[in-house]
Amino acid sequence: MTAATATAAAPTRRGATARLRGIAAQGPLFTGAVVVLVLLTLMAIFAPLIAPYDPNAIDLGNSLAGSSADHLLGTDQSGRDVLSRLIFGARTGLLGPLLVVVISTVIGIALGIVAAWRGGWVDSFLSRTMDAMFAFPAMLLAILCVAMFDAGLTAPVIAMTVAYSPYVGRYVRSVAVQEKARPYIESYRVQGWSGWVICTKHLLPNIVPSVLAQSTINFGYALMELAGLSFLGFGVQPPTADWGTMVNEGQSAIMKDAFMPGLAPCFAIIVAVVAFGIVGEGISDRVAKREK
Amino acid sequence: MVRYISGRVLGLVLVLLVTSFVVFSAVHLAPGDPVTFLMRGRPITPQTRAAVTEQYHLDDPFFTQYFKWLGDVLTGDFGRSVQFRQDVGHLIGDKLPTTLWLIGYSMVLICVFGIGLGIISALKPGIVDRTVLIGTGVSTATPAFASGLVLIAVFSRMLGWFPSYGSGSEDGFGGRIQHLTLPAIALALTFTGLLARVTRAAMLDELGREHVEVARSRGVAGGEVVRKHVLRNALGPIVTVIGTMVAGLLVSTSIVETVFSTDGVGSLLIRSVTNKDFPVVQALTLLIVAVFVIVNLIVDLLQPLIDPRLSLTQSTKRRGAS
Repeated sequence: MTAATATAAAPTRRGATARLRGIAAQGPLFTGAVVVLVLLTLMAIFAPLIAPYDPNAIDLGNSLAGSSADHLLGTDQSGRDVLSRLIFGARTGLLGPLLVVVISTVIGIALGIVAAWRGGWVDSFLSRTMDAMFAFPAMLLAILCVAMFDAGLTAPVIAMTVAYSPYVGRYVRSVAVQEKARPYIESYRVQGWSGWVICTKHLLPNIVPSVLAQSTINFGYALMELAGLSFLGFGVQPPTADWGTMVNEGQSAIMKDAFMPGLAPCFAIIVAVVAFGIVGEGISDRVAKREK
Repeated sequence: MVRYISGRVLGLVLVLLVTSFVVFSAVHLAPGDPVTFLMRGRPITPQTRAAVTEQYHLDDPFFTQYFKWLGDVLTGDFGRSVQFRQDVGHLIGDKLPTTLWLIGYSMVLICVFGIGLGIISALKPGIVDRTVLIGTGVSTATPAFASGLVLIAVFSRMLGWFPSYGSGSEDGFGGRIQHLTLPAIALALTFTGLLARVTRAAMLDELGREHVEVARSRGVAGGEVVRKHVLRNALGPIVTVIGTMVAGLLVSTSIVETVFSTDGVGSLLIRSVTNKDFPVVQALTLLIVAVFVIVNLIVDLLQPLIDPRLSLTQSTKRRGAS
């Protein structure tokens, strides 16, 4: 993400420090959001090294303990360390949306470019189909899939990918149509390059930054919806530590006036989604400035 | 005009047909044979097998099955709920009022606060605008289950102002309002932020136009300029966004109703998925998609009334662009 931002701003190769300076130039909010995302990613990757306890270590004698030096965020009903579960929860919390966003972006780019490049009936068929699919909210499709198959990360991720692809596709199509109208595309065509080469070598690299901005924002939405599905018991299954399932398990703790097990993962989700939103909008601002 | 409307209605029917086909064929797509799928986890006696076969016309060829099932659905017969041993239509009918109250209540909150905050934010640049922007940024990033949980923790557990569960349907209007206030806020929060942002953008767009400047220089009072010249013209995108929110609201209701144990259609959907009660899932999926496409058609047809300069075909183009 960050690497692409930097390359988007400057076509020439730049060193790591210059890239960092480029991120800082976007303003403190953007910098902060990038830092948050980097930290979250590191947290997910190195969870076993950072987490103070085993996220699944049950200690029933220490149920719903408050915040202390031993357990910074306290423990849940089964006496599991909330902080450790929060750190491990970043893994499934980020992996699910990552899959959804990467796959739906690839499918969306393919659909959008084909629609924009071919035009005519191909375009109207693809566009109409994508529009019709908006009637099916991602969450509803995921719920239907869980009802058909079994709960777990697979069915929701596939359903959400199917539901997100038309959004990316419609966006890519609108950007690609504008790009296709530019003179350089026509001049490549006159020189006899094939449509495939023009699309993959010239059109695609030029629309990637704006698509990336959109996908970053989608990442936040996907995270929110997948966490919602896990909360409902349809996504990641307990006892795996996941932010959504932690909220679900934390709900009964709230009825016992122990707020931390439920509210800590809520906070983590909100912070992550806000950060993805800020970074996404930051990238799209940058792209808009470059276009001018 | 007539041609446009009939075209749109045709498109709507097509979407509903495809949806019903997807929802129907799900029974066959799911692993295992249809009867075992529909009766998952329950003992299958020859009688129940016969009943399910009869309900889904499983002895017929696939497409005949679909059309017979569709015929049943169109006459309001969605089959029997496996978990409640009750007619699906009746079951949904019983729970629908609570959900409608909830959605209506939060729709009022969304419109009042969303449009209100958007207007304030557009008219008062600087600290007010920035505060609203940050607030809406956070609220759009807050999933309904998180806001629900925070509301329960603060207003129900710590302050004890509102009950944390139930629908209050037995206690009349007051009971409903008392029980549904927290769920309605939880449901409204995300969408309020979204609507405030859209309102703000639409207002700013209009504020920068020449006709506003002209009205001001003619000495039209500030409030009147905002009401009659700015807000009036900004209404198009606002109404469009409210229309597209309906699907999200219907789906989020299931989360909010689950958090607050409200006995509505949303929690019924979730419970039916958990208990593998597929006829109910089918009926509710169809219902949600149907409500969504119908509301969006109405919103599109309303556009020329809101802005007489737009013809119907233009308004769809504008929708596509926004």
